[in-house]
Amino acid sequence: MNLDLIIGILNIVLISTTPLVLAGIGELVTEKSGVLNLGLEGLMLMGAVTGFVTLVLTGNYFFSLFFSIISGIILSGIFAFLVLNLMTNQIATGLALTIFGIGLSAMIGKNFSGTPIDGLSPYYLIIFSFLLVFFVSYFLSKTKSGLIVRAVGENHNSAYALGYNVIKTRYLTIIFGGVMSSLAGFYISVCYAPMWQEGMIAGRGWIALALVVFATWKPWRLLVGAYIFGGVAIMQMNLQAFGVKLPGQFFNMMPYLATLIVLVFISSNKIRLKLSAPSCLNIPYEKNS
Amino acid sequence: MKKQSLVLVVIAAIVVIAGIFYVTNQNIQKDVIDDQKKVGFIYIGPPGDHGWTYMHDVGRQYLEKELGDAVSTTYIENVPENADAVRSIRKLAESGHDLIFTTSFNYMDQTLEVAEEFPDVKFEHATGFKRTDNVSTYSARFYEGRSVIGHIAGKMTETNTIGYIVSFPIPEVIRGINAFYLAASKVNPDVKIKIIWVYSWYDPGKEADAANTLINQGADIIVQHTDSYAPCQAAEKAGVLAFGQASNQEAFCPNAHMTAIEDIWGPYYAAKAKELVDGTWKSEDTWHGFKEGMVEMSPYNEKLLSADLISEAKAIEEGIENGTFHSFEGPIYNQAGELVVKEGEVADDGMLAGMMFYVQGIDGEVPQ
Repeated sequence: MNLDLIIGILNIVLISTTPLVLAGIGELVTEKSGVLNLGLEGLMLMGAVTGFVTLVLTGNYFFSLFFSIISGIILSGIFAFLVLNLMTNQIATGLALTIFGIGLSAMIGKNFSGTPIDGLSPYYLIIFSFLLVFFVSYFLSKTKSGLIVRAVGENHNSAYALGYNVIKTRYLTIIFGGVMSSLAGFYISVCYAPMWQEGMIAGRGWIALALVVFATWKPWRLLVGAYIFGGVAIMQMNLQAFGVKLPGQFFNMMPYLATLIVLVFISSNKIRLKLSAPSCLNIPYEKNS
Repeated sequence: MKKQSLVLVVIAAIVVIAGIFYVTNQNIQKDVIDDQKKVGFIYIGPPGDHGWTYMHDVGRQYLEKELGDAVSTTYIENVPENADAVRSIRKLAESGHDLIFTTSFNYMDQTLEVAEEFPDVKFEHATGFKRTDNVSTYSARFYEGRSVIGHIAGKMTETNTIGYIVSFPIPEVIRGINAFYLAASKVNPDVKIKIIWVYSWYDPGKEADAANTLINQGADIIVQHTDSYAPCQAAEKAGVLAFGQASNQEAFCPNAHMTAIEDIWGPYYAAKAKELVDGTWKSEDTWHGFKEGMVEMSPYNEKLLSADLISEAKAIEEGIENGTFHSFEGPIYNQAGELVVKEGEVADDGMLAGMMFYVQGIDGEVPQ
């Protein structure tokens, strides 16, 4: 192994892991406030398709990014309205959002799939993803607003009694999560594999969701976890190309397996506190209760 | 008392709903007999993949054009290769389709399962090898195209390292690797191929990762047996060469794309639908290649390939068409050094259909 090869491998790991970090950190903040959004895959697809289509139509990366973010705001806003105001079941609504995103993105992108574009360099968003982890970590642990988010996620009734606006906080965190997911989608269709094809997110939304649990709701651990998952995937490709025999299916399953193991640990109540799972996660908030 | 009446109401509702379904289903089937024949397709990916599924959809449109009002076609896209496929195939069979094409290898057992339930419906399973009275199989001899691109790659590589991205370890894919390697090593004995299994037919991100990994390890030509054009695009970006897959992908990577193996399904689909309409459809196995026009090479990229090399490639195409060249001509050894095809002989279709071993010279093992 020479140095160029190692740098090359690290470069590929950086490029392929960034969407997981972006979407994962967004979901982490959403879940910290007590809302589980299973719609990541749909949000990412919508971000990807709007970014791509805008780029084809305008040829401008800024507009492309802008509309991609708008799509995230609109879709996650709808999700927030449904689960916060109408108090629909979060799991069912999130799944519906995913299915909706898959269908709508396919419809929007139908006439654009197979249009060649010039991709944007991935390094802007790679750098951004590291800054993002730093700021989110700082925000959640060191700022007053961050503490409010966590209070709302831990016990919304107490937070309400203290005078914090639970609904508003959750709106903001859901929309933040939506914007990060759409950024991840934008990254995939404009920077990572510059193209639009139906369903091109290929399950990365679910891996990002799994990562949040794997990281036990800690931003830095999420970053590390994402790079473990991404690194393992790229390493196994490298080993394969070197002719080492590996059970590839096993590595594809790894992220989910690791998450399952963490979930088993969390389900025993004592360590749950240590692992910092928000106790109001997935519990609807009624103002008068 | 209240509970009992509720149960009665529920039962009554179920009976009524079932009755409505029964009657409407009857109607659908009757309409079909009176009217036109219905042909259904099961796709593994979206028709917009510009690869495998795209070409099947081109074939479907060709069928519609050829037969006009005699048939109507339907397709279900993104059908996973698991128990879900049974549901999708059954859905087509139940809704009065007379002929159903299932267009991926791992729909094999699912197709047979549904075919047993619907003996009057005809099924056509792509790239498989299990047939019954109402299940035909069909495939294209893609490996003939692999011989052509193998020859080109053997001549074009400077690092003597070729990256090969593959989906699943099934005979069709392994046959392609072997045909490619045999042709490449014939013109360039030093050539090495590096193989990455991505365990997906269609994941642009992963395919791009695999291409970048191979390029990083020194490959200067990227070959793929997956369905998106991401590997070709990655090659373009890195300044190395590549071959398109299933359809002409030159538009996406004009400076990397040397040629592509194209799958031409239209004439076959039209012929089978015609047989259905005429009532002459029967279960059979079809395996066509260059000769019958089911496999074609995309226009050779004259910017990248010399005129000599292009004429060599065309000579191989012609040789395969008129039978003077075969992709698997003996002597061929397996990795253990055993002679599998004797000198002067060619591999028979039975061996090709079940090929699950690498030929001598390829590093690594076939994943189990």
